[in-house]
Amino acid sequence: MASLQVNNVIKRFGDVEVLKGIDIDAQDGEFLVLVGPSGCGKSTLLNMIAGLDSITDGEVLIDGKVVNAVHPKDRDIAMVFQSYALYPNMTVEKNMAFGMEMRKIPKAERDKAVMSVAKLLQIEELLKRKPGQLSGGQRQRVAMGRALVRDPKIFLFDEPLSNLDAKLRVEMRTEIKKLHRRLGTTIVYVTHDQIEAMTLATRIAVMKDGILQQFATPQEIYDRPANVFVAGFMGSPPMNLIPAKIAKNGDGLSVEIATADERTLRLKLNGTGKGLSAHVGSDVLLGLRPEAITDLESSDSGGDIQEVECSVEVTEPTGPDMLAVLLLGGIEVVSRMRSSANVHMGEMTKFAVNMSKAVFFDTETEERI
Amino acid sequence: MSSHIDRPAATRGGVLGWLQIHLPKIVLSPTLAITGVFVYGFIIWTTYLSFTKSRMFPVTKWEGISPHVKLWANPVWEKALENLAIFGILYIGIATVVGLILAVMLDQRIRQEGVIRTIYLYPMALSFIVTGTVWKWMLNPGLGLEKLMHDFGWASFKFDWIVNSDMAIYTVVIAGVWQSSGFVMAMFLAGLRAVDDEIIKAASIDGASQPIIYWKVIFPLMRPIFLSSFVVLSHLAIKSYDLVIALTGGGPGYSTALPATFMYSQTFTRNHIDIGSASAVMMLITVAAIMVPYLYSELKAQKGVRQ
Ligand SMILES: Nc1ncnc2c1ncn2[C@@H]1O[C@H](COP(=O)(O)OP(=O)(O)OP(=O)(O)O)[C@@H](O)[C@H]1O
Ligand SMILES: [Mg+2]
Repeated sequence: MASLQVNNVIKRFGDVEVLKGIDIDAQDGEFLVLVGPSGCGKSTLLNMIAGLDSITDGEVLIDGKVVNAVHPKDRDIAMVFQSYALYPNMTVEKNMAFGMEMRKIPKAERDKAVMSVAKLLQIEELLKRKPGQLSGGQRQRVAMGRALVRDPKIFLFDEPLSNLDAKLRVEMRTEIKKLHRRLGTTIVYVTHDQIEAMTLATRIAVMKDGILQQFATPQEIYDRPANVFVAGFMGSPPMNLIPAKIAKNGDGLSVEIATADERTLRLKLNGTGKGLSAHVGSDVLLGLRPEAITDLESSDSGGDIQEVECSVEVTEPTGPDMLAVLLLGGIEVVSRMRSSANVHMGEMTKFAVNMSKAVFFDTETEERI
Repeated sequence: MSSHIDRPAATRGGVLGWLQIHLPKIVLSPTLAITGVFVYGFIIWTTYLSFTKSRMFPVTKWEGISPHVKLWANPVWEKALENLAIFGILYIGIATVVGLILAVMLDQRIRQEGVIRTIYLYPMALSFIVTGTVWKWMLNPGLGLEKLMHDFGWASFKFDWIVNSDMAIYTVVIAGVWQSSGFVMAMFLAGLRAVDDEIIKAASIDGASQPIIYWKVIFPLMRPIFLSSFVVLSHLAIKSYDLVIALTGGGPGYSTALPATFMYSQTFTRNHIDIGSASAVMMLITVAAIMVPYLYSELKAQKGVRQ
């Protein structure tokens, strides 16, 4: 178990700057998830934490000690790779014991460690098989097993579930979470799946183009995304972003949304409007999660609920709930409500908007206000 | 109308349609016939001749196994087999090891890799006759290496293997290895490059040093390449004819005779078509003994993949 710090880490391949100054600080026992679109530098950062790639500038600290020059094998980390990277010529047992063999741990001890991890992951009957004779899910378990037998300070996972089918992925996600609760070891987990990130993490680092966009708890990232990119990337369907204007409304503020027929739709800002007085008269993006727009009956009980009338373009029942595409102002927004909601395609209906969940972004900088 | 649409397209135009169906067979049949006659036909013919009384000309009179008995009693044949054993083992072994070492060194992503790789591969583009001739000059005490050293003033330098009947077979090994190791290198390099990067990363996190990663993780993955390079090299070794003829002419005496040179001289210069044929059959059996299990395992592997 250990803490992990990444201080202003920069990575260049030739002239290309792939990581542009990343700062991350994970406590002991934390489940840190790195998430971002393909090519944003997640694997590169993970490789640098592991020591598999040199650091151009900045520092990586494990347990408070700078490890920039420490060889991967001496960092006391274990890694699970996206391709699993099992040794094809060795049996499962040998695969799992290889790291200990290299560290000259006696055979009896090795066997014991392999057996206990195999029991934990329920792969005892696979021990004598070669990786080629395993299914994808079994390989994934073995790859985890190989990391677990080492009992390292930090686990690094590089998209360990991306090669599994949807059902198995959900199962393994739960297993990994259980495992973390049981072992309490610090984990750094790379994924580009935002649901995995939300469900697993104690804290999420959202990256884009080698820049850290936001580093916060899942709830914080969901409720108060740092910028338009995070708002769009985390959450499915993504947050609705509605062009609007802040205006003075008596003592308080309100947000005005232009509709298609040149009217304006006005929503009062009661509690939420505090930081916005400086933006009166300027254009902003109003961010609303789909579940902050519902039919009137199922509106949130607390919070600042306001009514708007919208036309329903499309309804999409998903089973547990219903998504509806509404025309709010000039643009289409997605709302999420109970599947029994009394909402029909093509009708004008009143909807409840929970304005205490609203966030605002500057149109120019795309940062949250 | 509808029945017209149902008809397969190929049967539409009379002659054209017929051609469309039968053209592949027509194109392939001459090659098939030629291969049938000149490869398999002559294998059977040669095998038959090895049981006849053929001397200068092939005759069909049955003689039984006596040519084979004579073959095995011939001291030159015995020497040829001994040479084949020495040459085969050393040539295959050294070319494999040298090729592997070169491949591992090139795999370190050194600069100018393309140029170096091409340089090593060039010998394979030469014919064995050229290789043999070049090495004959280089190893000739009066012309090549030994003379060069003498000219440099190293008067005691001596390297006369090519004219020494005990050592001459090793010069054939040297020339053969020079010619083939670049090819082996190219095969191994392709194999090394195909190894998943993440496996190597995993091994290095597991604490394996670079040599151990090669030895325990990467080389075992090269098994199919070891096998194919063994098959290629071994049949080159067994068929070896031109290299020996150009380099030593089978001499001094018959000290560098190989089964192929033996077969040629018996058949075409010593008027013993029967013994020549018998030796050719022996070579075929040896090659088959290596190739058949290989092809069998390949086919089995392919079937396994398809399942
Ligand atoms: N060895 C290299 N040389 C040059 N550029 C590289 C190298 N390795 C990675 N890159 C570049 O660095 C960027 C980040 O790559 P990285 O593998 O970290 O992405 P990622 O976030 O893990 O993406 P994915 O989700 O697809 O795995 C990419 O644009 C990639 O092209
Ligand atoms: Mg990656």
